[in-house]
Amino acid sequence: MTAKAARAPKTLGAYALLAFALLWLGLIILLPLINVLVTAFSQGLPPYLAALHTEDAKAAILLTLLVAAIAVPLNAIFGICAAWCITRFEFKGKSLLLSILDLPFSISPVISGLVWILLFGAQGWFGFLLRDHDIKIVFALPGLVLATVLVTLPFIARELIPLMEDQGTDEEVAARTLGARGWDIFFRVTLPNIKWALLYGVLLCTARAMGEFGAVSVVSGHIRGLTDTLPLYIEITYNQYDTIGAFAAASILAGLAIVTLVLKSLLEWRFAGELAASRRH
Amino acid sequence: MSLIIKNVNKTFTNFPALKDVTFEARSGEFIALLGPSGSGKTTLLRLLAGLDTPNAGEISFEGENYLKLNPRDRRVGMVFQSYALFRHMTVAQNIAFGLNVRPAKERPSKAEIKSTVERLLKLIQMDDLGKRYPSQLSGGQRQRVALARALAINPRILLLDEPFGALDALVRKDLRRWLKRIHHETGVTTIFVTHDQEEALDLADRVVVLKGGKVEQIGTPLEIHSQPSSAFVFDFLGSANKANGHIKDGIAHFDGFSAPVAGAANDGDYTLRFRPYEAHLSRTGAGIPVTVTAVLPAGSNLRLELKGTDGALFETQHSHGSEAQGFSVGDTLRLKPERVYAYA
Amino acid sequence: MTGQPDTAVPDPTIPDHFKAPHPATGTTRVLPGFKITLGVTIFFLSTIVIIPLAALIARPWEHGLEGFLFVLTDERVIHALALSFFTALAAAVVNVFAGLAVAWALTRYSFPGRRLLDALIDLPFALPTAVAGIALSSLYAANGWVGSLLEPHGIKIAYTPVGIFLALTFIGLPFVVRSVQPVLAEFEAEVEEAAETLGASVVQTAFRVILPALMPSLVTGFSLALARGVGEYGSVIFIAGNMPYVSEIAPLLIVIKLQEYDYAGAASVGVIMLGISLLILLALNIVQRMFANLGSAK
Repeated sequence: MTAKAARAPKTLGAYALLAFALLWLGLIILLPLINVLVTAFSQGLPPYLAALHTEDAKAAILLTLLVAAIAVPLNAIFGICAAWCITRFEFKGKSLLLSILDLPFSISPVISGLVWILLFGAQGWFGFLLRDHDIKIVFALPGLVLATVLVTLPFIARELIPLMEDQGTDEEVAARTLGARGWDIFFRVTLPNIKWALLYGVLLCTARAMGEFGAVSVVSGHIRGLTDTLPLYIEITYNQYDTIGAFAAASILAGLAIVTLVLKSLLEWRFAGELAASRRH
Repeated sequence: MSLIIKNVNKTFTNFPALKDVTFEARSGEFIALLGPSGSGKTTLLRLLAGLDTPNAGEISFEGENYLKLNPRDRRVGMVFQSYALFRHMTVAQNIAFGLNVRPAKERPSKAEIKSTVERLLKLIQMDDLGKRYPSQLSGGQRQRVALARALAINPRILLLDEPFGALDALVRKDLRRWLKRIHHETGVTTIFVTHDQEEALDLADRVVVLKGGKVEQIGTPLEIHSQPSSAFVFDFLGSANKANGHIKDGIAHFDGFSAPVAGAANDGDYTLRFRPYEAHLSRTGAGIPVTVTAVLPAGSNLRLELKGTDGALFETQHSHGSEAQGFSVGDTLRLKPERVYAYA
Repeated sequence: MTGQPDTAVPDPTIPDHFKAPHPATGTTRVLPGFKITLGVTIFFLSTIVIIPLAALIARPWEHGLEGFLFVLTDERVIHALALSFFTALAAAVVNVFAGLAVAWALTRYSFPGRRLLDALIDLPFALPTAVAGIALSSLYAANGWVGSLLEPHGIKIAYTPVGIFLALTFIGLPFVVRSVQPVLAEFEAEVEEAAETLGASVVQTAFRVILPALMPSLVTGFSLALARGVGEYGSVIFIAGNMPYVSEIAPLLIVIKLQEYDYAGAASVGVIMLGISLLILLALNIVQRMFANLGSAK
């Protein structure tokens, strides 16, 4: 059961197809990326560095890191718990749970932001409660985190579930019969088996958390220096025709995307068998 | 001669898969390519189908240079080890595929294709299963569909790559008999790859034994069976007992007894081989001293496992009624070969 | 068969995909941690997904059904929804063809830089949408690298629906490529060779043998790209121009209604968009089941 190996194109048709594919990828995928980097440095290094040295830019970078630093661990905890109960036990309503888990994938990012306004906004379900106690959720850090968690919720769980399903429970049951306790089983048996997949999921989750725009834009309220993450900072500077400022910020996120792709490819290449990545998309 | 294979060589990145392979097949002949894995038999089959090209050598069919033809123009019916059925097509669509893809002016009419499919479905005894998909069939049924699909293009040569490899023993035996009948009915020249010597001897008109990419022996099943040309062929065809002896004037001499030698051999010391069913056991008299370690049933025979005084292992087979029935584990006996084979 | 029964006939009462439950996951729970992990899972799903979506679904009705219908029949809303849907549809269709070509080239041909390009396919997943948005917008604006080439010929891309289509093509490509690629990469060589020995040409093999086998994955890629495109915001708003009735997408309308404190209106548009996404995925599910029943899923 082997597939056909890739080989150098031979016929005219093969060359035409390859040429089309390369051209398409170049125009659709590569050109925008190059454009970001070239535009960011179009006036040389000093203006680029200056653009990133403003108070607002630095605040945006810090906020982006902060949001990711809260949202990603939360999703990792959720992902591990969801994968454990879904792959290690049979229970009623499992498939419903899985469908709900996938919902954030099929929701527009704007809706992922909107729902928090509907809950915690001035006219939201709990708006009056928050006002009485002077708690801010939307247009503040908690709202940004909630929107980010919602958008990225399935990332880690979806990475772990197929892998843990594949691996089965034999090793954990064996550990149990040998007298291991819950935490021992998890840290000594399960975690070593899933660590690369977990890292892979964390990587994708982090990239998305730092880059999320639509959902965050709705709950942010655009308070400069306070609730603007890096993607939102890009929007504001771009709309103010501060091209260098916008593209300098964009270049940071583009660099992040490239690093993500490199790490992702390395993980896929090195640990293909331990990722179950082929089942992903 | 219809199919001629001459001095064919094939090398995969520094690994020679076929070395100077030469043999011919008569029109309508059933040839088995027999050999262990890695002997090059599947490689040879792929060369015949045109799925690979040899580095050197000639392959021709009825005077036509096959190497100049595309796989699709060779009209060989190839049955793959994995069956390679088109899973999105029904059984009938699978069988009709080779006819449907012909250029418009060579393509038979719809009615002709339909009747061909029906005829083949009948031939493979799956008349009612034309509308099924491959995933709804058993392994044996898939195998038969693959064969019907290959036969549909009215092939000049039928190529079968370990066709029964993935099936269980009972189905294998059944399909073997059936394949024999199909070959008889269609009369198409057939090349058949297998690593199962029993299958090869049972089905083929002639057997080509391959080893490490080289032809080791060519002959009818009887020739191969009674006159293995090398130690390799002898060992590959069945269990072999080995004992050291000395040959002089065509007679093998052991410690205190002698035995006739099959074929000719020069005088000298040899590791002599003999079959389990060509040996005699007795409680007394001349022979190799052995101890019985196991008495086992082997179909219509009784199989005895024996151990020599120097630790060498032997195996013999006897019919149930023979005196071997009286032997049991622990008995000390004399083992005397009835006929031995000598290979340098 | 002759005489003996075919022992390999599958038991017709057991479906092909049946997998016996693992003994350890049967009735007794051998492993610990069920209650705590299920608890955490349900807590997260409730607070992060279910309750917020309940708030979304409950909101449009505060002015009764009429209020909802008023939003739904608003020409500007209809226009925005239609724009989002049809540009996403067009982009998904183009991506089916382009994605197939790209996946084919990446799996079948060896050429220098293949690995690099393969990794780049995921760029639209990894690149933040705002970055993609300003990049595409500046590329195709009248003074951009590409836009300035097209401008003299009277072709405008940025700030028109064509720009939206282009952004959605960028966003959707990896969905199709990544759906098709593994199927194509694992397609058994012997099946193709069988077609060849039966007399099929390269083109016939591609269209009659390989393409049908790729169909389920193409449909999956198409649906995912479509669902994503309908809701896409970040990469689109910069290039769209956002002119009401012309280039204003549905997600933007939600943002606008929120800025006007029209929560019910925003939620109405949101509910409709959610419905469209779920319908697309439901349709995908049904089509996939049809493929599975054809016997092609195994």
